[in-house]
Amino acid sequence: MILFERVSKRYPNGREALTHVSFRIESGEMVFLTGRSGAGKSTVLKLVALLERPTRGTVTVNGKSTGTLKARHIPAFRRQLGVVFQDHKLLADRPIFDNVALPLVVAGAPLREVDKRVRAALDQVGLLGKERMLPAELSVGEQQRVGIARAVVSKPPLIIADEPTGNLDPDLSLEVMRLFRRFSDVGVTVLIATHDQHIVRDLGKREIVLASGEIQEQGSADPGALPHVVATR
Amino acid sequence: MSLGVFGTRHLQALLGSLGRLKRNAVATVLTLLVIGLALALPAALGLFVTNAQSATGGFSQAIDMSVYLKSGVPLAKAQQLAADARQRPGIAQATVISADEGLEQFRRYSGFGAALDALKSNPLPNVLHVVPRRDASSAAQLQSLRSYFAAWPEVDVVQLDTDWVLRFNAILAVLRRLVLIAAALLGAGVLAVVGNTIRLEILNRRAEIEVTKLVGGTNAFVRRPFLYTGLLYGIGGAALAWTILEVAVLVLDQPVATLAQLYGSRYVLQGPSGQVLGVLFGGGMVLGWLGAWISAHRHLRSIEPRA
Repeated sequence: MILFERVSKRYPNGREALTHVSFRIESGEMVFLTGRSGAGKSTVLKLVALLERPTRGTVTVNGKSTGTLKARHIPAFRRQLGVVFQDHKLLADRPIFDNVALPLVVAGAPLREVDKRVRAALDQVGLLGKERMLPAELSVGEQQRVGIARAVVSKPPLIIADEPTGNLDPDLSLEVMRLFRRFSDVGVTVLIATHDQHIVRDLGKREIVLASGEIQEQGSADPGALPHVVATR
Repeated sequence: MSLGVFGTRHLQALLGSLGRLKRNAVATVLTLLVIGLALALPAALGLFVTNAQSATGGFSQAIDMSVYLKSGVPLAKAQQLAADARQRPGIAQATVISADEGLEQFRRYSGFGAALDALKSNPLPNVLHVVPRRDASSAAQLQSLRSYFAAWPEVDVVQLDTDWVLRFNAILAVLRRLVLIAAALLGAGVLAVVGNTIRLEILNRRAEIEVTKLVGGTNAFVRRPFLYTGLLYGIGGAALAWTILEVAVLVLDQPVATLAQLYGSRYVLQGPSGQVLGVLFGGGMVLGWLGAWISAHRHLRSIEPRA
């Protein structure tokens, strides 16, 4: 599902965020990406979501190499991907329903389908009945769950999340992570960047550890998932 | 994508744009006012030219020639000359106004009836009234026609009262050109106003645009509501310009009628015709859409999602 081959990323300001990073995440796996701030976690996610392109090496997501994908194919590429942010990036002036519906609307889904799927997604994150509220009327934990509902509403095969529990207390964090695990259980590939070691340990999923832009440790694949190729450094 | 989905998307974009314009009513009204005035000005000037032309329509086309015969020339000779003149190409009409008819007309219209009664004999000559064909009314052709009549031995004077008609038509031509210049300049103004308004809105909605692109919105999808906003500005501005024109016509109606009456005319001021309205609304829509498109093209590309 995700394949990094000797990927390096240097930003225009000269900072080298990743150096020769290689790893593979199989379809249906749930993987944590950990490391200190500045270790390169966010850069890995940006490369997966095609917010950035690799400077060297190749990133393959869903069978597509992001380095060479044409600009006009990027929207279709991103529709195969659900993204969750630490600051959830909800539109403050739109009700919850509209926020969650956005990925379906941009993909041109019929209205009846949008209605059905948005309710299903909100049901999955336990927020059914709050469709007409504005994001500011919800708690931080609820807002984060709205962000997750938006990421999963179009049933993408891959979900990536950048510090999804960064603003949440431990109980809420665990709840959110369990939510991600439920998606993983039904075959969705999940990649979560976090620095929350407790949670990673509690869930017992594979962990890729980054330090200063290089892979320090990348664990073993889920039992049940296909064995991953051991990466070169 | 099916036609239904396509239509739904456009309807959503249109309604979204309408709602947004309504929510920022004050700003919308101000923008519409600027666009409306910019569209109304050349349209009003055009309307003025059209009215000036049709109010004077009767005589701006009335090019004719009076050929005064020498006083000894008898009426029968005059009839024969008129018949000869009718044979010449380029002449639509050649009629004889006999000395008696001329005197009668003069008596009726001049107000000198009593003074004329004091005259023992009719001092007026027989006159040929010649109307050239409209396609033979250029200055050079009229000049040649004039020399043709002047060469006859029976002819005393050829009078050609067309100078003022030509001048008047030249003034109208200048005004028509002015309308074009005003329309071009103010049209550019409308483009700039719409473009700038859309630019501000794009910057205001930056976060929304980023998220939309992040979840797979295409440039076309992101651009669509802004194009509809521009189109709505154009339509609204044109409607406002129309209102301005109609109000102006209403206000001017009475004084113009009075003025026309003083000239013995029953001319009634004409409002914008269907064609003018078509140009007004068509121009407004094209300018609004184009202004929005240019702005969106320039500014949307630079907004890419950041994590």
